[in-house]
Amino acid sequence: MTVQTATPAPPRTTRRTGHRLRGWAYASPTALFVLVLFVVPLALVFRMSASKWPLLSGDQGINFPDNFTAAVDNRFFVDSVVFTLKYTILATVLLIALGLGLALMVQESSRWKGFLRTSFLVPSALGLASASLLFYVLYSPLAGPLAPFMERMGWSFLGSPDAALASTLFLIVWRYAGFYMLLMLVGLQSIPGDIYEAARMDGANRWHTFSKITIPLLKPTLALTTILCVTGSLLAFEQFYILTKGGPDNSTITVVQLIYSVAFQGQNDLGVAAALSVLVLAALVVINVVQLRAFRGSDES
Amino acid sequence: MTIASVQNHPDADVPAILPTHRSAPPTTIAGLALRTPFWVFSGALAVIFLFPLVWTSVASVSPHPGTGQVDGWGFGNYVTLAHYQAGIGQYLFNSVFVSGLCVVLTLLISTLGGYAFARFRFPGRNALFMLTLAILMVPYATLLIPLYVLLNTLGLQNSLVGVALVLTMFQLPFSTFMMRISFESIPRELDEAAMVDGCSSFSALWRVLLPAVRPGLITVGLFAFLAAWNDFFAPLILINDSNKMTLPLAVSNLRGQVQGVVDYGATEAGVVVLALPCIVLFLLLQRHYVRGFMSGALKG
Repeated sequence: MTVQTATPAPPRTTRRTGHRLRGWAYASPTALFVLVLFVVPLALVFRMSASKWPLLSGDQGINFPDNFTAAVDNRFFVDSVVFTLKYTILATVLLIALGLGLALMVQESSRWKGFLRTSFLVPSALGLASASLLFYVLYSPLAGPLAPFMERMGWSFLGSPDAALASTLFLIVWRYAGFYMLLMLVGLQSIPGDIYEAARMDGANRWHTFSKITIPLLKPTLALTTILCVTGSLLAFEQFYILTKGGPDNSTITVVQLIYSVAFQGQNDLGVAAALSVLVLAALVVINVVQLRAFRGSDES
Repeated sequence: MTIASVQNHPDADVPAILPTHRSAPPTTIAGLALRTPFWVFSGALAVIFLFPLVWTSVASVSPHPGTGQVDGWGFGNYVTLAHYQAGIGQYLFNSVFVSGLCVVLTLLISTLGGYAFARFRFPGRNALFMLTLAILMVPYATLLIPLYVLLNTLGLQNSLVGVALVLTMFQLPFSTFMMRISFESIPRELDEAAMVDGCSSFSALWRVLLPAVRPGLITVGLFAFLAAWNDFFAPLILINDSNKMTLPLAVSNLRGQVQGVVDYGATEAGVVVLALPCIVLFLLLQRHYVRGFMSGALKG
């Protein structure tokens, strides 16, 4: 489409067709990637979940419900589901509460608070794998800074199931609290200041302002952060794969770890791993729909 | 290098300033006494967040039995790391290659795609956009199992290019969204004027719009780099050959090498090598880092 002012405009239809074609041309790389690397694998995972599919020999034909029964009968299935849910609830409560707390603490602009913000945010630049490796050494009873203390108390960070879970939660809070603080800060900034002003004139105290103004007006942000955090925690892998290696006594195996080990460690059964993946996908869809409903429902009341 | 300068920026956009801003910090002795507990408490929190990073950097050059640095301070652990298996050079190269390719592809695809979604109406436009965002809703593990099979049939098994392609796909929801809103925030008159002056739609994009969406491009590039550099799960599944491992994978494997004895020193050095580029980039570009979340949180 070049100069239109001087020459009479070409017929509308051809111009439109050209416009559409160019739109498609610019969108085609996106379409290609989405099709080949997202839509096709998504269809493939459903087919794999219904087929006998060993890691090395590939597709061996349909065996529909077998993979699903094998997945559910896996001796770590129930344990990993329970552990993943427990971890998700704890991580979400901690991160949302601490994210909001830190955001309220550093909300105003000052040099000191700017420094605090940066300190809380720096860990979120690290990858989860790097952060897990860092804490692997930090928690180590041989090389960690608390090694002498651990030796004297006869206790270690990753020694018991509860301690391992708590230590992993600390790592996750360290890595993600700043990130959630940032999201909360964005939400807090969208609350108009004159509402606070009005509340102060009416004599509301700090707690009232917080519970009657900040929390209700922050609801969209709280919904977004909760969904993000629940989804991320349900799919936890690196922190447990690197830090606890599923131990002690297989007490910290998450669902994604189970998928990985069924597919590539020992069992080498991609069919069962695909069936597990489909179950995780379905569970995630249900959980997110329930969350969206819950947040919307409480909006109306 | 603090975030104060960054945060003043969004503050300026919000006309109403929180009431607490108005009360000037008290300089009286009573005011100082009131504020001291806050300083102590918040300072302690900052120390907790910074301590692991500082400790690892210091420990990686300090002496410790059973590591590459037995007595005196020095870079012994980094020497151990440098000679680990294929050598850290190889792993660094692999990581730089994967991250670089992922950044280039992400920028290219999301610029073209964002332009298409922001400026053109074509059949299937909304469906394609929603489908791109839907990538976010599907678990990583759910896609990587079939992708492992698919890349094998495409002849991209055990290939760094394959890893970069997969990582690019995972970046598309954020980057396409980001570039779409970047293009939409530019007045249409700008490219229409260029087209009236005889530019094709592509040269309008290249010469006029691209400079205008530079902040969006930096944000997208930064996020693609951080994600690709740090990714662990995709190379873990897609790479079998130890010469093709990326750095996070290599450092993680390094732990179990010498007859089950973990070389903590070399691991510390590995963490420093992994973390340093991310922290430097973060401190240089934290304005864009913050902006990425702002756009996602406000409009999403």
